[in-house]
Amino acid sequence: MDNTKRYERLRERYRNGDLDRRTFLGLIGAAGAAFGLHTPFAGMARAQGVSQVRFDGWGGVVSEAFRQHAFDPYTEATGITVVDGTFAGADEYLAQVRASQEGEYNIAHLSGVFDYARYVGFDLDVPLNIDNIPNMQYVMPRLIEPYRLVTPDHLSAVPYNYGTTGIAYNRAHISDEEAREKGASLLIDDAYQGKIGGWSDWRTRVWYGALQTGQDPNNIEDMEAVWDAIRTHRDLALKYWASGAELMSLLAEEEIVVTEAWSGRVYALQEQGHDIGYIDPPNGFGWQECLFVIKGSPVEACEELLDFMLAPETSIAVAEGQNYPPALDPQKVDLGDKIPTLPAFDPSGTLSGLTFANPEYWNGNEAEWSEMFGRVQRGF
Amino acid sequence: MSIEAREARQPWILLSPALTAVTLLLFVPLMFIVVYSFWLRSAVGADTMGFHIDNWQRALTDPFYRYILWNTLKIAAITTVLCALLGYPAAYFIARSRGNKLVLLVLLMLPFWISYIIRTMSWINILGTSGALNSALMSLGITSEPIRMLYNEYTVILGLVHFLLPFMVLNVFVSLDGIDTNLEDAANSLGATKWQAFTEVTLPLSLPGLAAGALLCFVLAAGTYITPLILGGPRDAMFANLVYEAIITQLNWPMGSALSLLLLFVLGLLVLVYNRYLGMSQLTKGLG
Repeated sequence: MDNTKRYERLRERYRNGDLDRRTFLGLIGAAGAAFGLHTPFAGMARAQGVSQVRFDGWGGVVSEAFRQHAFDPYTEATGITVVDGTFAGADEYLAQVRASQEGEYNIAHLSGVFDYARYVGFDLDVPLNIDNIPNMQYVMPRLIEPYRLVTPDHLSAVPYNYGTTGIAYNRAHISDEEAREKGASLLIDDAYQGKIGGWSDWRTRVWYGALQTGQDPNNIEDMEAVWDAIRTHRDLALKYWASGAELMSLLAEEEIVVTEAWSGRVYALQEQGHDIGYIDPPNGFGWQECLFVIKGSPVEACEELLDFMLAPETSIAVAEGQNYPPALDPQKVDLGDKIPTLPAFDPSGTLSGLTFANPEYWNGNEAEWSEMFGRVQRGF
Repeated sequence: MSIEAREARQPWILLSPALTAVTLLLFVPLMFIVVYSFWLRSAVGADTMGFHIDNWQRALTDPFYRYILWNTLKIAAITTVLCALLGYPAAYFIARSRGNKLVLLVLLMLPFWISYIIRTMSWINILGTSGALNSALMSLGITSEPIRMLYNEYTVILGLVHFLLPFMVLNVFVSLDGIDTNLEDAANSLGATKWQAFTEVTLPLSLPGLAAGALLCFVLAAGTYITPLILGGPRDAMFANLVYEAIITQLNWPMGSALSLLLLFVLGLLVLVYNRYLGMSQLTKGLG
């Protein structure tokens, strides 16, 4: 890379807001001094370019698929190393990012709507040049729309996969007919007292509280009724689970016979031979995940990596690994044999059957509802 | 420089790395938390800086926080009493055993080689519906259906006792090991029964170790959040869980800071009371 190119990259990062003015001028000065003096200090000039990009995700099979199909080919093509980190939860990760220096974290596999809006709220977004990500052409437009509502003039992420939080039930105790008939109310059926589970996530609790009281989760009018439904569920539940592994353990060990569950995790249980049924009740909770580029990251390098990650072979391998359908439009890309069998998969590519959370509505109520749920959970 | 002046400076020079570490890693972060506790959380976006007492007002006056704090202290107290009741005989046995004392102490330390989380989760395999205990009860024909034993306050206390018992045993052992056994013999020769010799001589002399173990168990139990998360039901929470939720789930760092400082003050007060009546030397002896 010649010095002109280095300067152009640096200027681009400055214009994109990745570098503040002081750092930009400091780096120009350092580069000039290094060039003029030809001393060992030349190495201090960061205008030399990007040597690594950090990616943080859920680990496990997803990480392995990314490593094999995206990270290694990317490193081979660009010479840039991908540092692969994992996190246990999106909330915990956001706390880490907020406490970090700009540029420390680059790309993260996050909740597509809630986290996107939250990161924008904390001024952690960065404008991406979509022209640098050709594989975006295969992504379903329906999955991009929610981001445009939050940041109308730019995107700071690309959609990556989607799924649902529906109702999982043990067929030895609950029939498919009963599950379909009762829907969300199955979770507050006192016939299953002490055998009911639930995710300890306030959004899911409120969403299902809305369904159990016959309300639109994106426009709740009687919040007291929702809290009462959550209290009822709390009193009937054996355990609030906090992770996918705990969910699978509780269902597999028959500690609980019904709970909300993530579609991909239920598919994994079914693959293991457990007789677990799964339904998405009317207005069931649809969600998507994205690859978010965090402010302060080397944008061009990240865009190139996103393109590798969105490539059909990578997307399909990751989707088959984590059991959630990819964001790619099945009308444009052949997704293979397994993906069409996954729960929540929509062959039309319109996702018209799924209800997604309105980020503006939910994030606007986050402060009040998340705290209130903490109280309700403890018996208040 | 005189020899006296040099000798006076020497301890400070030797202590300076430790003091620097404590200042940078404990005192400075603590000050950050103190400052944060007076900020305000914005609905979305950055926190509002300034000097606001709202978080403290809520932490001190809201019955919800008082209830959880009281429940936390109650669970910690029950755990401490159980640790004392179970730990004292074990420590006595080790202290009075001949020859195999070292082996017993190594066995006591063995659980520390396994992660606390793994040890806590192991109770799920023991007490679960299809766990070892239920399987044994059903295969012996004692029960026809699994008994629900997990995910309640009792299992939280059980998990805490499992975690903290070695701390109690070690402290009591250190205390008992330092007592001259001739004192018991002397009491016996003066007509005291074995039980009287124990209650009148050994037990009073070992009380400082018991108190040090109790303090450690209480403070560690009151500050835990993993055990109720893994072994508790929907309602079971301790104060540290509220701090975790405020900071991680609700992203309300100012409120989380105020809550964590409140817990620190309460437990700090307990340590001060202990120090006033028993002194910290027994505690460091137990830890050593």
